[in-house]
Amino acid sequence: MSHYRGLQCEPVTFRGHNGDQGEAYYARPLGSGKYPGIVVIHHLPGWDEWIMEVVRKLAHHGYAAISPHLYFREGTESPDDLGARVRAAGGVADPQVVGDVAGAMAFLRAQPNATGKIGVIGFCSGGRHTYLAACTLSGLDAAVDCWGGNVIVDNPKDLNDKRPVAPIDLTEKLSCPLLGIFGNDDANPTVDQVNRTEAVLKRLGKNYEFHRYNGAGHAFFNTARDAYRPEQALDGWKKVFAFFARYLAAAPSRVAAE
Amino acid sequence: MCSYIVEKAALVGSAKGRKGWMRIDTANVYFDHPYHSTLDHVLAIDFTNEGEGGRDRVAIELSAESARALVTRILAALASGEAAHAGPVSADAVAI
Repeated sequence: MSHYRGLQCEPVTFRGHNGDQGEAYYARPLGSGKYPGIVVIHHLPGWDEWIMEVVRKLAHHGYAAISPHLYFREGTESPDDLGARVRAAGGVADPQVVGDVAGAMAFLRAQPNATGKIGVIGFCSGGRHTYLAACTLSGLDAAVDCWGGNVIVDNPKDLNDKRPVAPIDLTEKLSCPLLGIFGNDDANPTVDQVNRTEAVLKRLGKNYEFHRYNGAGHAFFNTARDAYRPEQALDGWKKVFAFFARYLAAAPSRVAAE
Repeated sequence: MCSYIVEKAALVGSAKGRKGWMRIDTANVYFDHPYHSTLDHVLAIDFTNEGEGGRDRVAIELSAESARALVTRILAALASGEAAHAGPVSADAVAI
C-alpha cells in the first residue's frame, strides 16, 4: 500500500445562501471508503491557489474538503479581480457567508462517501467567519479558527450592515469544539484579543483548545507569503489534524502531518 | 487579519490593462494582505472605471517603503514637469 492517497479534485457547483448557485473546489480521497467532510473558508484577498492547496491537503489526510468561492456572485473573472471588487465594496455580508458555508455543508452531506461528520476551517477573515459559523449553524462537529481577527470588536464603529455583530457576542451559542491557532506577533488578533476570546470561552464552559506560537505572526501557514514559518506551521498542522481526527473520526492517515 | 479599509480616490486618466487602454475614474487604495506579492502587507492600488461598472482593473501591489518612495517621485515628477511645461527651466530643476 502506498503511503500516499489518490485524490479526486475538481471545481463543483453548490447552492449557497438564498439557494444561489456558485462554484466551489472539492477534493476527496479516491476509493470506496466514507470520509468526514470539512468546509474551508478562504481569506479576504480571495479564493486563491494556496486555499486550493489546503483543500487538497485535507483530502490527502482523509477528508472530503470543499472551499466555496465566497465571491461567486460578483462574476466569472479571475478570483483576484473578484476579490478586489468585493474589497472595494466593503466585503461580503456575514449572513451571506454563513449561508454559503451551510450550503457547502449540505453539499458534503449529500455525497455518497460522507460519514455525516462535518468540520470547518478558515484563515484570516475566514477564521472570523469560522467562529461566526460555529456560533450560528447547527450540524458542525468541529471548527478551526486560524488567526481570525475582529472576533472581538473594540470599536463599535467597526460594526456595520455587513458585519453587524461581533462574533465574540455569539459565543454562548457555540455548538461544537473550537480549535484556535494564533501567532503571537499578529497585530489582528493581538495577544490580548486572543486572551480575551479565550476568557469568554472559558467562562461559558465551552470546549475549546487554543495554541499560540512565538516567532509567528499572521498567516504563518501560508507558504506563498514571507509570513510562512515552517516550524510553527508544521506543529500547527499537527494540532489541526489531531483535532479533526478526534472530533470527525477520520480513518487514520499513514502520512505525517507535513 | 484583512482590514476591509479602502481609500477611494477620484481620478481623471487612462490605464492599460489586459484588454488594452481604458479610461479610469477611481483608484481603490489599501494597505493589507496581498493576492500576488509574498509580502505580509502591501500598498495596493486598483485602477478602475466605476462609471462603467468597475469590472476591469489595473492592479499594483507595492511594499510600504517603495510606495512611499513612489509618492515622492510622483510629486517630484509633477513639480519638475509642470515647471518645464510652464517655460524654460535649468537642467537642475528637472533632475530627479
